[in-house]
Amino acid sequence: MVKRFLALAVVVALLAPGIGQALAATPRDVLVMAKRIDDIITLDPAEIFEFSGAEYAANVYDRLITYDLRDVSRLEGGVAESWTVSEDGRTFTFTIRRGMTFHSGNPVTADDAAWSLQRVIRLNKSPAFILAQFGFTPENVAERIRATDAYTLVVETEEAYAPTFLLYCLSAGVGSVVDRRLVEAQERDGDMGHGWLRTHSAGSGPFKLSFWRPSEILSLERHDAYWRGAPAMRRVLIRHIAELATQRLLLEGGDIDIARNLSPDQIASLEGRAGLRIRRVPKVDIYYLALNQKNPELSRPEVRRALKYLVDYQGIRDTILRGKVVVRQSFLPTGFLGAIEDRPYGLDVAYARELLAEAGLADGFAVTMDTPNTSPILEVAQVIQATFAKAGIALELIPGSGKQTLTKYRARNHDIYIGRWGADYPDPHANAAAFASNPDNADDARIKSLAWRNSWEIPELTAMTQAAVRERDDARRAGLYQAIQRLHLADSPFVIMFQDIELVVERTNVHGLVLGPNFETNFYRTVTKD
Amino acid sequence: MAYFPPSGAAPRPGFLPGLPGWLNTALGLLASVALTFLGLLLVTFLIGRVVPIDPVLAAVGDRAPAEVYEQMRIALGLHLPLHEQFLAYVGKVLEGDFGRSVLTANPVLEDIRRVFPATLELATLSILLGVLIGVPMGVVAAVRHGRWPDHVIRVLGLVGYSVPVFWLGLMGLLLFYANLGWVAGPGRLDIYYEGLVEPVTGLILVDSLVAGEPEVFWNALGHLVLPASVLGYFSLAYISRMTRSLMLEQLSQEYIVTARAKGLSEARVVWRHALGNAMVPLVTVIALSYGSLLEGSVLTEIVFAWPGLGYYITNSLLNADMNAVLGGTIVVGAVFIGLNLLSDLLYRVLDPRAR
Repeated sequence: MVKRFLALAVVVALLAPGIGQALAATPRDVLVMAKRIDDIITLDPAEIFEFSGAEYAANVYDRLITYDLRDVSRLEGGVAESWTVSEDGRTFTFTIRRGMTFHSGNPVTADDAAWSLQRVIRLNKSPAFILAQFGFTPENVAERIRATDAYTLVVETEEAYAPTFLLYCLSAGVGSVVDRRLVEAQERDGDMGHGWLRTHSAGSGPFKLSFWRPSEILSLERHDAYWRGAPAMRRVLIRHIAELATQRLLLEGGDIDIARNLSPDQIASLEGRAGLRIRRVPKVDIYYLALNQKNPELSRPEVRRALKYLVDYQGIRDTILRGKVVVRQSFLPTGFLGAIEDRPYGLDVAYARELLAEAGLADGFAVTMDTPNTSPILEVAQVIQATFAKAGIALELIPGSGKQTLTKYRARNHDIYIGRWGADYPDPHANAAAFASNPDNADDARIKSLAWRNSWEIPELTAMTQAAVRERDDARRAGLYQAIQRLHLADSPFVIMFQDIELVVERTNVHGLVLGPNFETNFYRTVTKD
Repeated sequence: MAYFPPSGAAPRPGFLPGLPGWLNTALGLLASVALTFLGLLLVTFLIGRVVPIDPVLAAVGDRAPAEVYEQMRIALGLHLPLHEQFLAYVGKVLEGDFGRSVLTANPVLEDIRRVFPATLELATLSILLGVLIGVPMGVVAAVRHGRWPDHVIRVLGLVGYSVPVFWLGLMGLLLFYANLGWVAGPGRLDIYYEGLVEPVTGLILVDSLVAGEPEVFWNALGHLVLPASVLGYFSLAYISRMTRSLMLEQLSQEYIVTARAKGLSEARVVWRHALGNAMVPLVTVIALSYGSLLEGSVLTEIVFAWPGLGYYITNSLLNADMNAVLGGTIVVGAVFIGLNLLSDLLYRVLDPRAR
């Protein structure tokens, strides 16, 4: 019996290499990435509002405006080559770039651009508010966004805002130009081709969709007639690999070129490994704690302040989130107009105790924190639990799936929530509107900002935020945001802790992957391989 | 999940008196199948509604304005009372419409047609390994009861049953894929073979042969070997332990003594008489193991990036994507009901008394 098993083992060992046939490298004109892409729920740029989806749209569609990735404040032309703003600041006239073609071969015209923007408003999906905040409605949009000739697009806003505000909003995914003729041909029951575009592509970007199998694979193909020149990669394959250890094995085995989701400790062990390159790219996402003001203890100013002294910012940055974050305590990420670099808070248990005593809570209090049960947020929460305990605060963690904790947060049923926030477009208003504006604190309010979610009533800050977005002078506008951030930093129920860094490990024969400050600015177009 | 007691055990009561026997049996069977499905749907539906996850979130994301949110809530029918939601859903299912998945934007049926074959392929190979190796192992252990083959096999079984399957999978990948390079890595196919074969059945092994692409076949097999071995080991552990105890029971029966006394060869006594009788309950054990493999093994699927049913249902549940969860549950229910019918049939073949 034993001999037979041994013989079998030998036979298997001899046969197996023939079965595996693992090639050591991916083809030279194909880029293969491992990435978690199960957040993609749609491929229609008028609906996409997820990280992976945004990255897809950035590579398949051209947007009206783009900006310099090294300096967000420098706007650049995309589909719109240039633009002018009227004297009253309400009318924008865009000149559409000539000679661009869609994947279908149709030329890109102002009519396509106007229709694409109107489509966002009419479909009214999740990201539509980015355009709707300029006063566009399904009723008035045909009149306010129009093509006056084949290469001129005119956009009229309801009120005069800071001109860059609109331009940055058009640099987001909703500013993508879709192929009107192709999409309209797929229209069903007046859906403006939405049902079809959810699983197909109709853009002019450097790549087109070849196929998408949800939570499995996303396959893109080169667009040979791309206006900036055809990309070097014939195909880009993005495989959904949920398990990080598996991503690492695939990368080391050479079956993928780039791993996108490795954890900080995995990265640490790959440091200095031959054949691999680690890249760290600052992102706009912010890690924060939110303190619900419906909770009687958390609503005391001294308590809000004390908690800011009870987070070990440096410790967390140097251990659990090593290389993954920088400390950031104001709500605007680095590089945004008016962003301040103040970091007044550090771990100071003695001072926090004093503040708690002032609030009449010298013996501490008990409070809960809803925590997504994923790494590394859960570990961060545990460290915070430990430092809170030093001041007598008994923090109970309530772990749940991401959607579960979010559901509770949105319903204002949390005490403390730990989470991440990323700006929807690189204008300061994106985060100011979330963190420092709460026009109506009623339960059934129409606008439910992050401030609303924490029941933070701030008429003055709200008014300041409204004024800042209407300020047309850049320097004065920056000054307003600085003032808002300082007030916010001093007293808000948000303990802002870190700004995210995207960690990417690529094989050294891969060059030119562009990683910008958000997922809408990660580009595959310039990738080459040795 | 749904488990039918083997009908061979007790005669079914008539469904309607006065009908011919076979029709009665068939109607009774149909009624119980229908009731099971209904119960399954109802329970899953209620679970889906009490999970503290807002299903609208999966559809519109965190930042949708109030109007968009409300519009989607109505589109999903969540503004209706619970019983109306359920009745509407069942009505649609009866028309063959399982709704759309919020997460994938596809009709649920289409999604299942995509993910189930991946699970089927993996589960079938695993159960084959489990049966072909596990049953003989169990028999050997029983025959050599208390001696070293028994000990070795029992330890192997214990390890297979108690070591977490994802850990085994990761270690397997590390050893056989990363270090030795004997098997292909995670996923169902190497990336270059993606899209070469048009899915007909969804089973790559079958499709590649039909399309006359032996290279794809071998590649797919290379990807299957490791996850199937890991899952196969897991079911092997269970099957061999069950076989061993069933065999021990049979071997101590008087008819075995009689058979031996009659001078039958030991092989004939063990493999034909004892195993023949142990096979009857063993069929149920194997069918249930196969059933649980067909539900999809979430952890194995995640480790091996295997786009199967388990991951699909779990991910949908975590996002409260109820159409997808309910659709998946129906498939799992159907699998168990089918397997139970199959083991009923096998009973009749294996057990002369039931013929």
